Amino acid sequence: MTAATAPLRAPARWPRTLLIAALLALLAFAIFGPLANLLLWAFAEKWYFPSKLPSEFGFAFWRRVFNPRGDALASLGTSIWIAVLTVIVSLAVAIPAGYALARLKLPFRGAILLLFLLPQAVPNMPIYVNIARVFYEIGLNGTVIGVVLVHAAHGLVLAVWIASAAFAAVDASLDEAARNLGASPWTCFRTVTLPLAAPGLMASAIFVFLESLDEFTGTYFVGVPDVTTLPLLMFNASQGGNYQIASITALLLLVPSIGFMLIVERFLKADVLAMVGR
Amino acid sequence: MTGLALIAPALAIVVAFFIIPLGISFALAFRAKDGVFTLAHFEKSFELYTTDLVFTLEIVLLSSALIAIVAVAIAGYLTLGENPRAVSVLRWLYRWPLFIPFVVTGQVMRTFLAKNGMLNHVLIGSGLIEPISAQSMLDWRGIVIAFVWKQAPFVTLLVAGAMASLDRQHIEAARNLGAPRWRVLWDIVLPQVRGTVLVGVVLSFVTMLSVLSVPLMINPNSPTLITVDVAYRINTHADYAVANALCLLSLLVAAGGAAFYLRHAVKGAEAAS
Repeated sequence: MTAATAPLRAPARWPRTLLIAALLALLAFAIFGPLANLLLWAFAEKWYFPSKLPSEFGFAFWRRVFNPRGDALASLGTSIWIAVLTVIVSLAVAIPAGYALARLKLPFRGAILLLFLLPQAVPNMPIYVNIARVFYEIGLNGTVIGVVLVHAAHGLVLAVWIASAAFAAVDASLDEAARNLGASPWTCFRTVTLPLAAPGLMASAIFVFLESLDEFTGTYFVGVPDVTTLPLLMFNASQGGNYQIASITALLLLVPSIGFMLIVERFLKADVLAMVGR
Repeated sequence: MTGLALIAPALAIVVAFFIIPLGISFALAFRAKDGVFTLAHFEKSFELYTTDLVFTLEIVLLSSALIAIVAVAIAGYLTLGENPRAVSVLRWLYRWPLFIPFVVTGQVMRTFLAKNGMLNHVLIGSGLIEPISAQSMLDWRGIVIAFVWKQAPFVTLLVAGAMASLDRQHIEAARNLGAPRWRVLWDIVLPQVRGTVLVGVVLSFVTMLSVLSVPLMINPNSPTLITVDVAYRINTHADYAVANALCLLSLLVAAGGAAFYLRHAVKGAEAAS
């Protein structure tokens, strides 16, 4: 049968390869076309309808964005500061919670896991809208702490799930060996379990950091009027019709996102992924 | 006991900044000014926003269907493709939008799909359309394209992972018997990963229901997505009652998505046993 089909297949090969190449090229355009358009806008000095390309390229808008007294650098600083605080708050509560979920006997474990799933599985508009209303009354609206709390409530859910999977992927018999040799529970956790779970915890930290850096809706409601993160600055520039500033800010936001996409597999190994939700 | 103590801080944050606001949402949506129970806010929501509610449902369902098709097609080729170079190019290619924020996706598509955007220039340049018939796609099509562009890689990643961990014996056997690859994908691979496809699509469905930036940037005028209406009720009228009623209606739609998932997950489990 193979002998009969082989000669039939050989001539059919070239059109097939061409078809595959054409489909891949189409997909590449669908993915990189929009990004290329963004790059053009970022370097366009003048671009009038209906010309296909900008009539002048340059860095004038980059100088405006990176002007030391400009809004962009201040927003970048605010964004990073909020993201760092969010990671600290999220991991500080997610590491113990993840450890308990993975290793200790818990009453209502299923219900607790479900509770930690809800914030990712429910549309977030009602949450942000009503937190903003409560924060407004107690004076937390427009403060960095207010925004951090909103980001952390969302981020820690991811962190708990990944941390729990990371702890579950660490071989429990290593703990027992350390305990048998006389290590206290705390020493055992600090010197055996924690270092072994570190790559997974690192992955959850990066996830939380990125999610906070990119978050829009929560900051839109809770951050006004004083906290302007990079996504909000980008949005305001875009709504104001300043596509150059918006595109340059968007590029700044793309750097960490794409960087993480390229390295995610180094931190999130298959054995950890397989334990998510167990 | 130690376990509960370790979990308590995380639990407290979720309760304070998620469960309680959700409770407030229910209270505000069903309460009249004098504190009695009322459905008036829902009546007003339907009166003003029925078009947008239907529009939201259509957009999100259409996007979910397209995301499922794209994800299964790409993941299927990654699993069954026989041209190793094409497989590795595709693997490198498909995930670029994975971690790109929605707000950036909105900006990117706003320029790409505009009347003077790159898409139209390429279509005109390649002779596919006449310059006169170039039109802006910044309406419902723009929202759908932005959603699919952003979410399909996420579902593809999940589905491709599930397909990669399948036992290859059945696939090889079917291929040896001469089954074409689309039959293998449809009859052998897909039934085994339908749970993963459903999880990915339902998660995307819920995510798309709560995205505010994309509709605000691509198509802010009516008919638009319900998130834009919620923001409008609050920013312009400080009308938390109707805003929360609209929020709960979108929550109901999300619950519909979850119910759909559960029904099919149960069916799948029954079929498997």
